[in-house]
This record gives sequence, C-alpha cells and structure tokens, in this order.
Amino acid sequence: MENAPAFSDMIGMWTGVCLSMCIFSFLYKDNPFYKLAEHIFVGVSAGYWMCIGYWQVIYPDLIQRLQGGDWRYLIAAVLGIMLLMRIFPKCAWMERWPLAFMVGIFAGYNIVYTMQAQILKQIEATVLPLWGTGSWQTACINLIVLAGVLTGLMYFYFSREHDNSLWGKSARLGVWILMISFGAAFGYTVMARMSLFIGRVMFFQDVWRATVQFFGGS
Amino acid sequence: MIIQFYIYPLDWLGELFNSFYNIVLTFAFVLGAISLFQVHGKKIIAQTSGWGYNLVLLVSLTVTLIFGLFVFPEKGQPVDAGTAFDWIFNNIFTPLCSTTYSLLAFYIASASFRAFRARSAQATVLLVTAFLVMLFRVPLGEYIWHSLPWVGQFDITAFIDDWIMGGFNAAGQRAIMLGASVGLVSISLKILLGIEVSYLGGND
Repeated sequence: MENAPAFSDMIGMWTGVCLSMCIFSFLYKDNPFYKLAEHIFVGVSAGYWMCIGYWQVIYPDLIQRLQGGDWRYLIAAVLGIMLLMRIFPKCAWMERWPLAFMVGIFAGYNIVYTMQAQILKQIEATVLPLWGTGSWQTACINLIVLAGVLTGLMYFYFSREHDNSLWGKSARLGVWILMISFGAAFGYTVMARMSLFIGRVMFFQDVWRATVQFFGGS
Repeated sequence: MIIQFYIYPLDWLGELFNSFYNIVLTFAFVLGAISLFQVHGKKIIAQTSGWGYNLVLLVSLTVTLIFGLFVFPEKGQPVDAGTAFDWIFNNIFTPLCSTTYSLLAFYIASASFRAFRARSAQATVLLVTAFLVMLFRVPLGEYIWHSLPWVGQFDITAFIDDWIMGGFNAAGQRAIMLGASVGLVSISLKILLGIEVSYLGGND
C-alpha cells in the first residue's frame, strides 16, 4: 500500500482541483469563478515567466558576467534599461534603439538560419527518389510529397492568375492537398486537446484516491 | 549575424549578440509586468466595474514575483524544486494551464460541428481526413475498425500514418512552411535594406 500523502500535498492538490473546476465552469457560462481563475492565471503566468527569465537569463548571462568583469555585457544592460524607458512618455523614444537591435538580430538570423534550416532542408526532404526505392508504397508517397509541395506552392503564388491553364489546374490540385493537410492537422489538434482533457480527468481521479488514502481509506 | 555565419572565426560575435538578444528580450518580460501593474492599478484606483478581479491579478502577480525572486531556500535559488515558487508552479500554474488548453477540446468540437459541413467536395475531403485521424489513431477506433467485416483486415493505422500523415499532410505542411520561410527571408531582407521600417512606428 502506498504511503498516505502529507497534509501540504493535499492542500496543493485540492488547490489545483478547485482552480481546474473554476476553469471548467466556463462550459456552463461565463461566471465569477471562471473570471477569478482566469485573472489568477494571468497574474501567476506573468510572474512565473518573469522569474524564470531572471534566473535563467538575467542572473547568469548578465549579472554574473558583469560581476566577473565582462564589461561587454553593459551594452545589453543599457539596451534593456532603454527598453524599460517606454514607461516614461518623455523617454519613450529610447525604446527604439533596443527594438532596432532586436529586429536586426532577428532579421540577420532569419536570412541565414531560416534559409539553411527551413528552406534548404525542406527541399532536401522533398526531392526524393521515385524509382528503385524498394517498395511501390514508398515511391508513391515520395511522389505525393513532391507533387503536393509543388502544387501547394503554386497555389500560394498569387502573382499569376489561377486560370484554366496547366498552372491553374496544378494550383487547384494544391488546394486538395492543402485540404487533406488541414483536415489531418485539425484532427491531430483535437486529439491533443482531448488528451489534455483526459489528463485533467485522471488528475481528479488521482486526487480523489489520495484524499481517500489521507483519511485512512484504501 | 550574417557575417559571423560565413566567417567562422567570428562565431563568438554571433554568440555574444544572441546572448544580448536574450537579455533584452527578458527585459521585455519586466516591461510586461510593469504594464500589468500600470493598467490594472489604474482600474483598481478608479474602482471600475470588476476591479476586484484586477486586484486578484496584481496580488497573484506580486506573490509569484516575491516567491520567485526574493524567498531563497537554504541552498540554491528561489525557483528550484521544493520551494514555494515550485509549489505555485505545480499547484496553480500547471493545473490552470492544462485545464485552459483542455477546455479548447470542447470549443474545437463545437466549432467543427458548425464549420465542417460537407458543403463542397474540398470541405468533404477535409472532414473525412479529420474524421479518420481523430477516430483511427486511438485504440478504440482501431478496435472498431478491426471488428468490421470485409474492411477490417486492412491496416487503417498504417494507412493514416504513412499515406495521410507522411504523404499528404507532410506535403501540405511543407508547402506552407516553405512559403512562410521565403516570406520571412524576404521581410528580413526588406528590414535590413531599410525598405520596411514600420516596426519603428514609421510608414512602410
């Protein structure tokens, strides 16, 4: 028989249950319990990510490095403080500098790494052999992928009219491929959400069992 | 970033800039918290309708910040396992996060009921694909399929995995990703060349 849970664990579990029930109450209609849980969620999330950001980025990458004498990181500190100047209307112009810095890094990073990791790798994974693959199924799937990607891209090319030419017909085939893809993605998303819901129901079940154990049941 | 990619001895510059980027990004979280205090603080002071919820939000934010930044355990950091901050994460943040996302299961189901009417052949294809993926990628669906006469011998799970997910779905997703990536590279080039300046509040 498992050990009975501690009182502090029970408090934690029942806090989770109460908050979960408050969220689920929205299925009936918008109500004060849902609003309460929603506002707690926003406040705790903002605080959580700020604390994690501080202990995983600011403290090791900025404070410790500055304490270690790496003065280059003063630039990052100054840029960060300039970003915070947004809260003072007279100094709000200062936030443009860190914003420009971040957009510049983002743009430079995207040009090289998106090109390498997204575009070239995706093309490499698309251009696959159609003959001599060992099985006809693999060859067919490779053909579907190649034709699907090409026709899908033709559909997204709006600089040419999708008329009755071969281009237009190919673009229309691309729509069919995209529809299958959207259907699969939708089904997958629904199943992922259902899996989360089942997880919550199992959580309620676990808490109930733990409560029974806590009060001496088996 | 582009230069350090092509000149290997300059890769330290890329690491340094990446580090700067992460630091400035984290300052944006601080800015977000300050904005929350400003927006909700004003509502509390003015006692607008539902100001009690704003107060709850600020209290939960403040409590999380206090436990996450200032309440140190005997050894380690305030965010380590076993701390009060960890308790908040396990018993408040995680249940709220999971439940909010699981709530979407019901709304996706009701939205699909309205949206997925087989109005055209293409909509029917979307509906059938979603139905196949939802029903036959779970044990119950497989059991139902294999208990059907005639068609039950056909391996539906392998068909969905190899042909639908690995074939049609991969092709569609890849086409979308390639289109989006080309767009991202082109917008990045426009930014670097000074053609796109709307992020600074100017006109593009």
